[in-house]
Amino acid sequence: MESMLHISTLHYMVLSAALFLLGVIGVLTRRNVVIVLMSIELILNAVNLNLVAFSHYWQSTPARMGGGALALHGQVFAIFVITDAAAEAAVGLGILIAFFRNKETINVDEVNLLKW
Amino acid sequence: MNPVATPFFFYLLAGTMLIGGILVITRRNAVHSALALIIALLAQAGLYLMLYAPFVAGVQIILYAGGIMVLFLFVIMLVNIERTQKERQFNKQWLVGVAAAAALGGLFIAIYTKGKGIFPGGGMPPAGLEGQNTQNVGVLLYGQYMFAFEIASLLLLVAIIGAVVMAKKRI
Repeated sequence: MESMLHISTLHYMVLSAALFLLGVIGVLTRRNVVIVLMSIELILNAVNLNLVAFSHYWQSTPARMGGGALALHGQVFAIFVITDAAAEAAVGLGILIAFFRNKETINVDEVNLLKW
Repeated sequence: MNPVATPFFFYLLAGTMLIGGILVITRRNAVHSALALIIALLAQAGLYLMLYAPFVAGVQIILYAGGIMVLFLFVIMLVNIERTQKERQFNKQWLVGVAAAAALGGLFIAIYTKGKGIFPGGGMPPAGLEGQNTQNVGVLLYGQYMFAFEIASLLLLVAIIGAVVMAKKRI
């Protein structure tokens, strides 16, 4: 019970793992390309949560071990991951529009233009 | 400033995020999925605030909930067809997919139960830190991570050009 009431880094990691798994299930099972892309966003967000949680943990370690109040590397990395997510969403949705123009569908199972 | 009722807010936001995530991967209508994802992203911004990361929380709301999700909703409006909602939502390999995800989940559970002792407590950073969070993140971004920052801007440029080339009918 005590461990339930004291929120530690592990709590955030478990939540992040659960979100990651939800994203993986979405990517592997859905047929709608838009929802597959949204599941990828879920995965990236799970990673971001982990990074920021570790950054918080890192700040509570003493400065002589590389921690301290200025150890915000996890947060900086989370910003880079958000940038990547924006680029990925833009390119992915562009490909989706091009695909929809060609085949009039947004079903993953019918994405086989490159299949020989 | 010390946080108030941390466990309550953590479990509230975590529950909101998990319910949002489940709704994203189960809804038939893509617009409902997008709205559930926005709810989950806003809850995650709250978790960032609890982790003393106000700048990342702001970026999350402005860029993710405000930018990327608007892009998603626009594309849903462009390509949404009634037929998609009527046909089967899950592909033929869904059982394999769920099994693979369950295996990955078992791995996570094994690692986290074994490695529980590595993370003793959350530990609170010294007071007065969050007031300078944006400044400190900026110093890191423009100092130590200058090169990565420039590469990220190049990546965004490439993504813009790629998206325009992909989505344009005739160049």
